[in-house]
Amino acid sequence: MPASSPQKAAPGEKLVSLKGITKHYGNLVANDAIDFAIAPGEVHALLGENGAGKSTLVKILYGVIEPTDGEIFWEGKRVEINSPVDARNLGIGMVFQHFSLFDEMTVAENVAVALTDLSFNEVRKRLKQVSEGYGLPLDPDRHVWTLSAGERQRIEIVRCLLQNPKLIVLDEPTSVLTPQESEGLFETLEQLAGEGRAILYISHKLEEVRRLCRDATILRGGKVVATLDPRESSAREIAALMVGQEVGDVARTPKARGHDEMLQVQSLSMPARSIHERPLRDVDIAVAAGEIVGLAGIAGNGQSELFAAISGERLAEEPGAVVIDGVGVGLKGIDARRKLGGAFVPEERLGHAAVPGHGLGDNTVLSHHAVGGIVNSGFIAFDKARRLAARVVGDFDVRTPGTDALARKLSGGNLQKFVVGREIVRGPKLLVVDQPTWGVDAGAARVIRQALIDLAAQGAAVLVISQDLDELFAIADRMAVIHEGHVSRLRPTGEWTREAVGLEMMGVAPQDAH
Amino acid sequence: MRIELVPRAEPKAWARALAPVAALVVSFAIAGLVIWGMGRSPVAAFQVYIVDPLMDPWSLREIAMKATPLVIIAIGLSYCFRANMWNIGAEGQFIVGAIFGSWLALATHGTDAGMWVLPLMMILAMIGGALYGAIPAFLRVRFGVNEILTSLFLVYVAQLLLDYLVRGRWRDPMGFNFPQSVVFDTAATLPAIAGMGRVHIGVIFALIAVIVTMIVLGRTLFGYRLRVSGDAPRAARFAGFSQARTIITVFCISGGLAGLAGIIEVSGVLRQVQPSISPGYGFTAIIVAFLGRLNPIGILIAGFIMALILIGGENAQILLRLPLDLALAFQGLVLLCVLSADALVSNRLRIVRARA
Repeated sequence: MPASSPQKAAPGEKLVSLKGITKHYGNLVANDAIDFAIAPGEVHALLGENGAGKSTLVKILYGVIEPTDGEIFWEGKRVEINSPVDARNLGIGMVFQHFSLFDEMTVAENVAVALTDLSFNEVRKRLKQVSEGYGLPLDPDRHVWTLSAGERQRIEIVRCLLQNPKLIVLDEPTSVLTPQESEGLFETLEQLAGEGRAILYISHKLEEVRRLCRDATILRGGKVVATLDPRESSAREIAALMVGQEVGDVARTPKARGHDEMLQVQSLSMPARSIHERPLRDVDIAVAAGEIVGLAGIAGNGQSELFAAISGERLAEEPGAVVIDGVGVGLKGIDARRKLGGAFVPEERLGHAAVPGHGLGDNTVLSHHAVGGIVNSGFIAFDKARRLAARVVGDFDVRTPGTDALARKLSGGNLQKFVVGREIVRGPKLLVVDQPTWGVDAGAARVIRQALIDLAAQGAAVLVISQDLDELFAIADRMAVIHEGHVSRLRPTGEWTREAVGLEMMGVAPQDAH
Repeated sequence: MRIELVPRAEPKAWARALAPVAALVVSFAIAGLVIWGMGRSPVAAFQVYIVDPLMDPWSLREIAMKATPLVIIAIGLSYCFRANMWNIGAEGQFIVGAIFGSWLALATHGTDAGMWVLPLMMILAMIGGALYGAIPAFLRVRFGVNEILTSLFLVYVAQLLLDYLVRGRWRDPMGFNFPQSVVFDTAATLPAIAGMGRVHIGVIFALIAVIVTMIVLGRTLFGYRLRVSGDAPRAARFAGFSQARTIITVFCISGGLAGLAGIIEVSGVLRQVQPSISPGYGFTAIIVAFLGRLNPIGILIAGFIMALILIGGENAQILLRLPLDLALAFQGLVLLCVLSADALVSNRLRIVRARA
């Protein structure tokens, strides 16, 4: 049994309307006089690049931040939303992109934490009702750390539904889901909308917005640039509205695959060092000069562990487990691997690929100190580092006030262009990049993908680990799927279908699926 | 109603630079209130604590002598703190350094050993301090033990070891049973700077430490490595910097400098080993390091200010009959104000009205 449906509002009446919402951060205008409304039963998409102001708007609606100006009307009455508690009391539920769950606790315990006015048994009972009623299967007694991202998201959704919200806000909900899991989520959302709940759906992915929504509001630079029906417009038109320019496809030049294996991973196994890590199981990958190999997989299936093993941030047990340009480097650190022509871009931009509080010039030293002429007998030539950073900024269209700008001041897309560009200017023979365009706007994603293709065309071997299937299908010559620390056989991209990849991502071997 | 700290989008550079000054002004004001509450004139106290010592050449020299160990230790600590390693045990490393160096002074006592004794004492002191500093570093790297606790606990071990030596093997047989060693020979005594009274050449060591550290932290790959390790440990691993090596190195540098300060104090000021050789320099230096924002020049200035407060406190004890503990409380007050000022630079206060 689903939780009792909210009362139907009069037809045509809006559930929530925002009028002239404005938010200033110093000189930066994150939201500029935004008008926006959503009616009961409506599934409304909020589209925009990173930095377009989507998160700010949603946080204002959820009472996390206070608008500089503007009014919010709930069911026609003016309201002040000063905190998430206010928002929940009105009937606004929020499913964040980054889950806020306690890994060591069970599903039911995680839900009970948020609902202090119910007894634990009551929570368990209602959890079961809601999860069955909406096709969100969950075992209340499983510990969260044993669950997939999709299951964790179900907890967040169920937790939100137990408060019987009239408006549900979802922030990039499919970024961690398989295609099949996404489809399941869409069905649940349609059921919820059918009960008269409004759904505000934030996404980068145009196709799923077109699948799900009849109304979409597009933000750019903090302003509403269009409100339209996504099914009436092409994906290219919508993307153009989001980035403010026509989005070109990446250009590919056909090429013959080289035969020089630049990277070989051979029977690589690594134990997990904590319960939050995935062990790697007998991984074999080979990437030849001139080709792009794509590695698909749902987050948390061993991608970061594999990246650490290939980059040398974590050493293997024998030299031959990782071979770069014919040299067994399994026991050598990241700098030795860089000297052999390797270049690496980790998933986390801030804190891993770059030091948040350091300027771009200083951040260049991070991966160049062992290879370029930046360090002379222990002294850093900071002017050289800055010139190099300036070259990356110019070549990769990084929008920044200068090379002294702190890494954390750059938008996600611009910083990502910088950390990818920083490796490419070295002219590496091998580039390994983990989630190259994760959470990056369409314009930056295109620049990055094109750079990867150009690098391969110049004869470098490129390994791309990504959750974005569109990306892999667009740029990879060969593909494999990583699932629970094991990598499937590499096959030419043309031999893969999206369905086949999706099944592998869930660990269902193709022959079992029939 | 409640008060919240809201992070500022863009902390002002001038606010960051002025924060320590504002912190000093506020702590003077609070201390003034306390002194007024004790029935003394805050103006007179300010005169005795701050103004008079700065006007009097003798006091200035005493300040330089007190500032020397503070600056040398704080410079060492700045290596640790920049790498986000919390070495709270400089006091112990200071004492062990003093023990290592004094051993040679006592072993060569009464012989006609020459010029080489003093440099060797300094080297031994640095080795001793570095080894003692390496203990918490090793425990941290090997077993993941919290370095704050181990480095602090080792202070008490060092103090008791010194006490044991001075009351036992190292006691001067002709010293009427007082727990102190013989007075060092001239060859084992740090020479004074000509025309500067008691001020010894240890002051020059402090200045050298400041200059070398400016270069190391500002220009070298090693300094860069420390900043990266402290600010973003995962980025340090990405850069190929071994965390274990960084931890061991900064503790050895920090301990080595604390040990050097220890032998400078013993051979330059006390000239013999006593059961207590430090009025808490190793702890005060933590305040100095933070008041100086881990910047070598800042530490030099902060060391001077802390020494000024100590000397002022001694004067106030004599002239105003204010307890010396007040000076120590004042030092703690300065640290609190510095930390608060930092918090207010990067955050603003927001008063949230109760919901209607």
